[in-house]
Amino acid sequence: MSSNSNMSLTLKIWRQPDAVSAGAMHTYQVTDVSPDMSFLEMLDVLNEDLNAKGEDPIAFDSDCREGICGMCGLMINGDAHGPEVTTTCQLHMRSFTDGETITIEPWRATAFPVIKDLVVDRSSFDRIIQQGGYISVNTGSAPEAHSVPVPRDDAMRAFSVATCIGCGACVAACPNGSASLFMGAKITHLGELPQGQPERDSRVVNMVAQHDHEGFGGCTNIGECTAACPKEIPLDVISQLNKDLRTALKHGF
Amino acid sequence: MSHGPRLLHGPERGTVLLVSTTSLVKGARASRSTIALKLLMAISGLIFIGFVLMHMYGNLKAFAGHDAFNEYAHHLRTFGEPMLPHEGLLWIIRVTLLGALIVHVYAAVALWRRAQRARTTPYAVKKHTGATFASRLMRWGGVTLLLFIIWHLLNFTIGKVNVSGGPTNDPYNLLVDTFDTWWLTVIYLVAMAALGAHLHHGVWSAAQTLGLTGNAKARATWKKIAFVTALIISVGFSLVPIFVLAGVISK
Amino acid sequence: MNYEMPDTTTTADPSQDTPAEMTDDAAGYYSPGEPIVDAKAPTGPIADRWQDRKFEARLVNPSNRRKLNIIIVGTGLAGASAAATLGEAGYNVKSFCYQDSPRRAHSIAAQGGINAAKNYKEDGDSVHRLFYDTVKGGDYRSRESNVYRLAEVSTNIIDQCVAQGVPFAREYGGLLDNRSFGGVQVSRTFYARGQTGQQLLIGAYQALERQVAAGTVETFTRHEMLELIVVDDKARGIIARDMVTGAIETHLADVVVLASGGYGNVFYLSTNAMGCNVTAAWRAHRKGAYFANPCYTQIHPTCIPVSGSHQSKLTLMSESLRNDGRIWVPKNAADCEKDPRDIPEEDRDYYLERIYPSFGNLVPRDIASRAAKYVCDEGRGVGPKVDGVARGVYLDFAAAIERLGKDGIEEKYDNLLDMYERITGENPYEVPMRIYPAVHYVMGGVWVDYDLMSTIPGLFVTGEANFSDHGANRLGASALMQGLADGYFVLPHTIRDYLADGPFEKVDESHPAVVEARTSVEERINHFLNVNGTRSVDSYHRELGNIMWEYCGMERTEDGLKKAIDLIRTLKDDFWRNVKVLGTNESLNQSLEKAGRVADFIELGELMCIDALNRRESCGGHFRGESQTEDGEALRHDDLFAYVAAWEFAGDGEPPVLHKEELTYTAIEMKQRSYK
Ligand SMILES: Cc1cc2nc3c(=O)[nH]c(=O)nc-3n(C[C@H](O)[C@H](O)[C@H](O)COP(=O)(O)OP(=O)(O)OC[C@H]3O[C@@H](n4cnc5c(N)ncnc54)[C@H](O)[C@@H]3O)c2cc1C
Ligand code: HEM
Ligand code: HEM
Ligand code: SF4
Ligand code: F3S
Ligand code: FES
Repeated sequence: MSSNSNMSLTLKIWRQPDAVSAGAMHTYQVTDVSPDMSFLEMLDVLNEDLNAKGEDPIAFDSDCREGICGMCGLMINGDAHGPEVTTTCQLHMRSFTDGETITIEPWRATAFPVIKDLVVDRSSFDRIIQQGGYISVNTGSAPEAHSVPVPRDDAMRAFSVATCIGCGACVAACPNGSASLFMGAKITHLGELPQGQPERDSRVVNMVAQHDHEGFGGCTNIGECTAACPKEIPLDVISQLNKDLRTALKHGF
Repeated sequence: MSHGPRLLHGPERGTVLLVSTTSLVKGARASRSTIALKLLMAISGLIFIGFVLMHMYGNLKAFAGHDAFNEYAHHLRTFGEPMLPHEGLLWIIRVTLLGALIVHVYAAVALWRRAQRARTTPYAVKKHTGATFASRLMRWGGVTLLLFIIWHLLNFTIGKVNVSGGPTNDPYNLLVDTFDTWWLTVIYLVAMAALGAHLHHGVWSAAQTLGLTGNAKARATWKKIAFVTALIISVGFSLVPIFVLAGVISK
Repeated sequence: MNYEMPDTTTTADPSQDTPAEMTDDAAGYYSPGEPIVDAKAPTGPIADRWQDRKFEARLVNPSNRRKLNIIIVGTGLAGASAAATLGEAGYNVKSFCYQDSPRRAHSIAAQGGINAAKNYKEDGDSVHRLFYDTVKGGDYRSRESNVYRLAEVSTNIIDQCVAQGVPFAREYGGLLDNRSFGGVQVSRTFYARGQTGQQLLIGAYQALERQVAAGTVETFTRHEMLELIVVDDKARGIIARDMVTGAIETHLADVVVLASGGYGNVFYLSTNAMGCNVTAAWRAHRKGAYFANPCYTQIHPTCIPVSGSHQSKLTLMSESLRNDGRIWVPKNAADCEKDPRDIPEEDRDYYLERIYPSFGNLVPRDIASRAAKYVCDEGRGVGPKVDGVARGVYLDFAAAIERLGKDGIEEKYDNLLDMYERITGENPYEVPMRIYPAVHYVMGGVWVDYDLMSTIPGLFVTGEANFSDHGANRLGASALMQGLADGYFVLPHTIRDYLADGPFEKVDESHPAVVEARTSVEERINHFLNVNGTRSVDSYHRELGNIMWEYCGMERTEDGLKKAIDLIRTLKDDFWRNVKVLGTNESLNQSLEKAGRVADFIELGELMCIDALNRRESCGGHFRGESQTEDGEALRHDDLFAYVAAWEFAGDGEPPVLHKEELTYTAIEMKQRSYK
């Protein structure tokens, strides 16, 4: 049964009116927080309160609120998506204790500029995908699905890394601000499948070039990213990414 | 956004560019990527490792006494003669090492600067859940190593500084004189600790950069290899200074 | 995830004939309009209709395509697939979504799978069987030509997705695996663990981004469509708000496609994403697009119950849990607060097994849902009380664990049980899970003809936003199929027939119709920002949701619906005078975004109630208390209601106009369902 001891918390939250103004941390008190609330519902309640007082509610992103769309994402007490291995929307207040102070910040990366408060612009991820994160097949030109068998293990691996939700926690957590885990996940997903082979070399070269161009940092294999990833994408994918790039280099790309 | 730079409008703000870039790179080259930098780093790092292993082996000859050690130093210089000129091999090594050093430091600086630009506003609170201490020490550890190498070359090769005022033309004696000075030994031991840490992360990192760690098992194996390599090298090098200071190795 | 009706249909029962006056429930709430006689569905043998239509649809010369502009609102399966395909064809496409990336559209959340008549299992599946199951599942309230086409193109979808690299589940031999889903007797559901929607959407998204790089598609993320531009009776563009800067932008085009998803959020709490809305569809409706069958809502019985008044959304759990879990509540209301493990067997009421002995816990969705509501209304619900009532029933795995062992259960339901534990903090292996029904999908939507074009020429509507293929009830794994069928294989053909009329007359931003659309958007925004009332937008939304859930939810009655309409009208009035939206238009303003959506939901809610009031029969997801058999089963009235109710907007405060499209079946025979 749901526990009934409600909590009071002190929240330190980054407020920034818009992309060009300076921001600062502000302190808020919330009381009567139920442990069954999700973290974002706790913020909803704070916002209702701010709204009633005539203060601008805190802007933060979320959509599906079930851990799959990748829209949400906050740095909570120095952990991307908070202390559990899940998304911010699936984090519940029972992971915190009464009286705790919680620091909430937006993802910090040059390639993810802050738009307002806790909302950042992650369109750089879309541009990385535009540079080859796909298989070129026009609608209608596909062969019969069973014409190309895929070994089950390869399909499983492709699937397990394709679960990346593009949330950006890896970038937020990485001391270098690198998006290698995100990129590696896509490279590995498509690289595991026979359909992904023809464009394999150009894909990795173009995606990495865009990654660098966007202002993400280079990976130095620190491993913070995988610890923050709500989908537990393993570091394997970065190794795969490096290997694919090396192969492309060898092939003259 | 992919429909061109998004602008912010507003009476007091004028028009400001919101997103740093909205363009797609054309004509990408694999060799110009951050991963290529990392590959350079890994290769130069591996060259260093090869050298230090060899160097360590040479140093350990100090345990065999004055003549064996100097014989080795001499042998290094005459190796390959007459096919190679005097000190030929040594110069090959020196040039390779210098090249590797330049490459390694250049790539390190380039990646460091990128990382700084990639996050200009630091977090108020940041935990490190996934990183080992060694991995976070790489950059300052690298700087320590660079300073050490400069001092080391002044000490033994270029400058041949003998702080106890003794002769500098006898490698074995120079070595013993050096480590008989306690603070020099300390400097060396600190440097070897830094080297150990650097390699503890560096060896596995190089494997990851070279794409050898594509699954959890390979990753675990390479982490072990890295640990063992780091241990062997840092302990192996530390033996000579410690034993000199302890008086076991003496003139 | 959804159970299809058990296959125990009987042929239509003549005793269901009803006196005509029973249909007049909604009298005074609407005005009758002309019937729709031509939905452009081709005639001839059903299997040839789509081929014929494709052949007849006129072509657009490749060199002209670049000059034709298409706006697509929505990047879910329906929108992204269409944008990619039309981009590949060489048209000039603009794609809009309110999220920060096209990849986040709500299609991403679909778990279970996608149907296709591949017959890889050689178990008797075929296009015709999929067609048959879908029409029957929709309780004979869908247009047969559309459904047949859906079944027909379903196989191409799988080919397309596999070629794109969608990592479907495979067998050891490397070929695709299928499962049987929702109780259908054939295995035709393709899946990628519990994340099929995600994988399909990522495939479509990647195809879309490829076209962005190729320069044929331009994406406008964090842009919300707020108005449709209609010039000379044709859809010619949209007014969109850049949600970051507040800029009100005019986008003109030759044709507009709405793929803006479903409106389940009219109930405030649903399994839909927070941003799902009806605005795009509703704005089009107000500009002349008919809205069809708005009351058809699908309620899913196995969702995680509400835990408090703070609840912002509900989470669906696969209905497969009902295969092994037993559903019960305490016999006595007094036991409801007890630890369920302390309630002895004889004090438990396994009500589904009791009332429906042959199907037990596996009765169709709507029955399971209603039964849960009834027991909770009786005060026998369990779990935390919200507004004084505990709304939850137990789904108990104790017996299954005894039978199959904990490992057996883990193997089958691991993901789901973990998710449950994460959300509720309770361990389902030890304590019975609690579940409750929640709104999940809407079958209603913008009326479209066979070409997916609405009653506004040049406005096409695809995916969940249209009403087209599911009748009164949608089968599990068929929404994904429909979204991709529309976007990849149907719309690209039908839209060319329309575009072949081009080049269209040039419209510029100074055209009075454009200016009018733009000004109305600006005025609305200014109004919201200047009301300076006392209540937050969310509080109105929540109240609307309560009204809808109470009176237009699982069971609808004449009195309840009439009451709801009154309540909604009062709420609407209050909303416009008393809502509080802080901040400005010129920056990201989430309250402002919500205000616009809630305003439209309120109007939609009223129409849903009117539609439900008019349809005095029970069919699919629509259950009228007045239309049930003695045993409480849903009772259809094919003699009176075998039509699509297409509603025309007649002006603010005016009763909507009802146009009926008769449904006729030539390839299938209408049957009444039964499941006792
Ligand atoms: C939890 C859950 C599980 C499901 N599981 C299954 C399943 O297993 N199998 C199955 O077949 N179906 C399932 N469904 C149903 C299915 O997922 C949806 O019906 C389908 O994905 C809808 O796709 P769509 O493209 O029409 O709309 P969506 O995916 O909802 O996309 C709507 C798009 O429109 C955009 N948009 C909306 N309004 C505006 C506006 N005003 N301005 C600009 N853009 C706008 C959004 O940004 C978004 O891009 C499930 C649904 C849910 C909620
Ligand atoms: C000259 C001074 C040196 C500097 C400034 C330096 C700096 C660095 C830096 C910044 C990195 C990358 C950091 C990271 O991965 O987080 C690195 C990696 C590495 N260094 Fe050094 N280092 C130096 C000397 C050495 C030496 C002497 C060795 C070996 C004996 C070495 C071996 C390595 C290896 C193997 C790597 C890993 C390469 C990879 O990650 O792919 N370095 N060094
Ligand atoms: C305790 C540890 C060490 C000792 C005792 C030691 C000792 C020496 C000695 C005696 C020489 C001179 C050899 C000669 O001139 O023949 C030398 C040279 C050198 N050492 Fe070390 N060294 C140590 C560690 C290191 C480390 C860790 C590095 C590199 C990272 C290093 C790099 C070099 C280089 C580059 C030279 C010059 C070789 C040449 O060009 O002649 N040394 N060292
Ligand atoms: S790799 Fe993980 S952390 Fe990074 S974007 Fe994908 S899901 Fe998020
Ligand atoms: S934390 Fe950063 S350095 Fe690489 S391994 Fe992860 S991207
Ligand atoms: S809101 Fe979708 S993942 Fe959190």
